[in-house]
Amino acid sequence: MAELLHFEDFEVGQVIDLGPYVVTADEIIAFAMEFDPQRFHLDAAGGEASLLGGLSASGWHVSAMLMRMLADAWLNKTASMGSNGVAEMKWLRPVLAGETLSGKISIVAKRISSKRPEMGIFQCGFELFNGAGEKKTEMTAIIFMRVKAAC
Amino acid sequence: MLGLFLEDIDEGLSVDLGSYQFTRQNTLAFARKYDPQPFHLSDEAGLAGPFGRLSASGWHTAAGWMKCYVASDEAARAKLQAQAGTLPEVGPSPGFTNLKWLKPVFAGDVVSYRCTVTGKRELASRPQWGLVFSLNEGFNQNGELVFSFEGKVLTARRA
Repeated sequence: MAELLHFEDFEVGQVIDLGPYVVTADEIIAFAMEFDPQRFHLDAAGGEASLLGGLSASGWHVSAMLMRMLADAWLNKTASMGSNGVAEMKWLRPVLAGETLSGKISIVAKRISSKRPEMGIFQCGFELFNGAGEKKTEMTAIIFMRVKAAC
Repeated sequence: MLGLFLEDIDEGLSVDLGSYQFTRQNTLAFARKYDPQPFHLSDEAGLAGPFGRLSASGWHTAAGWMKCYVASDEAARAKLQAQAGTLPEVGPSPGFTNLKWLKPVFAGDVVSYRCTVTGKRELASRPQWGLVFSLNEGFNQNGELVFSFEGKVLTARRA
């Protein structure tokens, strides 16, 4: 396994690509059955009859898919220390069965915790798009990462 | 929301949504699929990680809220349907703000969720709908607040 990257290895303004992630009907329905069994997440007819216009992923499922893309593209190459929250999540457009999501992380700000000098704090912007380039989701969140100098 | 039309929802309405048990099995299954960071995947990495033990993905804690919310919503609708009849169409959510993972949730924890209405407004762009704003909280079995966020959901108005 490659050496893990740390807080010092990333700069403000840096952009990291996310995805692709293929959103299947089976996965939308499986997530919905377990966590969000509302009709617009369970079958095509229910989706088409709703404001969402088709079988669409639960917003929390979209969030979970974003998390998976974030872990694969960035955090699992780093000494990540998790997160304490999300300032804002915008589910701008429904994510429909059959779409492929990709996106990017932008590092907006960084600082070292004043209380915990071993922990760096990134403020990041996240965006997800479908294959046609329509923006589906926007998130602003915190990522904690170990400071190498403190190891 | 909860089988109620926008007009019938008032600020301060607070509903216990029930609880979700984070088992070792569902914690690992969620993390493997959606949040495969080492500290969510094994006891060893959990011990060495930022939370000191194997912990659930924060998105699993959020999904547990949704599960409890939908169950409460369905129960409320069933009760109202038996009494009266016409129920509002269920609306989606455009997102949330200020989601906080205040304390780690560990395998074996039971989190109880609560939803409190903080406001509402009509939607100029969609006259049949309004938005209801809520503070949502999750407490572990020791009564500690572990999770919160400010939600919003499209809620139908009376015709």
